[in-house]
Amino acid sequence: MHNEWLYIGVFLIVAGFIPVAALVLAWVLGPKKPNPIKQSTYECGIETVGESWVQFKAQYYVFALVFLIFDVETVFLFPWAVTLDKLPLFVVTEGIVFIGILVAGLLYVWRKGLLEWV
Amino acid sequence: MNFWTDPVNVAAEWLKDVFIGWGMTDPYATALVYLLGAFLLVALVMLLDVFLVWVERKVVARFQDRIGPNRVGPFGLIQPFADIIKLIIKEDITPAGADKVVYNLAPVLSLASVLLLWAILPLSALVYGVDLNVAVLYLVAAGALGTLAVIMAGWSSNNKYALLGAFRTVAQMISFEIPMVVVLLIPTILTGSMSLKTIVERQDIWYVVLTPLGFVIFLISAIAELGRAPFDLNEAESEIVAGFHIEYSGMKFGLFYAGELLHAFTFGGFMAVLFFGGYRFFGLEQIHPLVAVLILMVKALLGYWVIMWIKYTVPRIRIDHMLALNWKFLTPLAFALLVVTAVMHRLLGGTQPWVYALGLFLSNVVLLLAALEILRASARRQRRQEEAVLSAVAETAGH
Amino acid sequence: MDASQIIFGLTALLIIFSALRVVTTRNMVHAALWLIVTLLGVTVLYALLQANFLAVVQVVVYVGAIAILFIFAIMLTRREMRDGGPQLNKGWPLAALISLAVFGGLLALLYNAPVSERLAASLEGQDTLGALGQALVSPDAYVLPFEVASVLLLAALIGAVYVALNKKQESDK
Repeated sequence: MHNEWLYIGVFLIVAGFIPVAALVLAWVLGPKKPNPIKQSTYECGIETVGESWVQFKAQYYVFALVFLIFDVETVFLFPWAVTLDKLPLFVVTEGIVFIGILVAGLLYVWRKGLLEWV
Repeated sequence: MNFWTDPVNVAAEWLKDVFIGWGMTDPYATALVYLLGAFLLVALVMLLDVFLVWVERKVVARFQDRIGPNRVGPFGLIQPFADIIKLIIKEDITPAGADKVVYNLAPVLSLASVLLLWAILPLSALVYGVDLNVAVLYLVAAGALGTLAVIMAGWSSNNKYALLGAFRTVAQMISFEIPMVVVLLIPTILTGSMSLKTIVERQDIWYVVLTPLGFVIFLISAIAELGRAPFDLNEAESEIVAGFHIEYSGMKFGLFYAGELLHAFTFGGFMAVLFFGGYRFFGLEQIHPLVAVLILMVKALLGYWVIMWIKYTVPRIRIDHMLALNWKFLTPLAFALLVVTAVMHRLLGGTQPWVYALGLFLSNVVLLLAALEILRASARRQRRQEEAVLSAVAETAGH
Repeated sequence: MDASQIIFGLTALLIIFSALRVVTTRNMVHAALWLIVTLLGVTVLYALLQANFLAVVQVVVYVGAIAILFIFAIMLTRREMRDGGPQLNKGWPLAALISLAVFGGLLALLYNAPVSERLAASLEGQDTLGALGQALVSPDAYVLPFEVASVLLLAALIGAVYVALNKKQESDK
């Protein structure tokens, strides 16, 4: 059994338990007198028109896509960063080539105007 | 190993022996000791969180030229407990259109994602949860769970403002995660390890000296990740009322609020660990492990204070400016800094410590000056274009 | 049966259950959330295997990025939150047959492989992360895949730009 992950697992249970306990306590002690107006959706006093399910700007999706690609890239760089000291000098250049290719990608997205919020 | 020099581990060993004496097998006894340890740590952290409510209210009051809570108990110290009692006995409201399970799960996940960070924070050389060899990425992973909590809250509330707020928050959190992760690579390179304890132990020179630019980028992206002003677009009162937690009240709102404060303080702690030598302070930490914990707490509180200082001084940034700042400035700068740091670290690795430190520091300064010069040039170009358009308009109007 | 086997069994059950919910639930966002449960279950499996790096990367990349992207995609493309159509199409018996065949093949492979003896040594205390880093950048190991990965990511980025530009032109019309 791996003790590090056992501790994190136990910690996860505790970290989940404390907020749940607080919610249960509040649920037990608080009054329960629901009525339709109290439970209606808050919209600054105006009645809500239509579904809250509205379509969103496609721009959010573009940023999520670009984020995903750079996230994967940086994850690749962590093992490289850890072993930087133990390896010959050209290894540094390998990492830099890796970064360079992706920064080129960033510049491409930039030039195509996808980083604009319009 | 005796109780005076290492109280926490000795107590844990003793407890484990007691449990084994009761007839438990070893793995279960270990698990039980871990459970008690985790429970104690989380309880202390939650107590700290209650104290943070008071700190936050006092500090914001001072920034706004007020006194803040001062009636309940000495200096208003009992005020947060009164607040908690109020939150607990408030009615538990679930809006009619809400998705019940997801709606109630979101605040729990939000606070839990912050509490989870304390499992890896090295409080002192002997007092720590786990010394994970991938701790730096664990920090990012816990942040991912926080993002998830926001999107769950915003979607399940069945409210347009909430959904808009959640979208804004997530767009902001994921955007600023890139420079943050890149900057997290820098202490990793300087140390050659992702374990936070090793990072602290290797910091004979604080990393803020070796990479001041990295620290600034980390601070900015941490504030954005927290969603605090100037990056509080997600709750912008004048636009979307309160953002993703608009439909939450009572204890459920309390959990979001507690999570936010604790998150800010925890980031103060991680800033201390990654850039300010963690629990070390010129050998003072060797007196006693608990002194080391105190040192870390003071550093974390200072980091938290800087975050508050920025929050209550700077106005909110516009969403297009926020995204431009991240993608067009911080991200390229962070990548450039990463390359420069890797090269300088490798070239100066074997030299005198002061040459190494000076080289890294100066390379940071040069990089910052170059970045600012590029910014200035592009701003100048933009201004010229605008002036050209304006004069053309004036000319046609003159005819 | 020791504790780690019990944890493995429970996690495996959770993964299978949540994976089934992903395809059976009619609410698209619920499907995405169940998918996240599945992915977190896989994280637990990595942790049990002592693959620390893979465990955190699983959360960072899959939960933190890909699942968020899915939720964004659902919210951007679907006006309808509920999927009203039939959940099975005509090809389902064939699909079931192929899945069963693949499952049977995997089972037979795993059953005959001498896995238990070879994996007996514990990885505890070994620098797996350092070994991974060395392997990724050594010329006699995986340096070419490492660099190709960046080109692949670049291709993905260009694909994303293409998709997004199409969408932009449509919305401009």
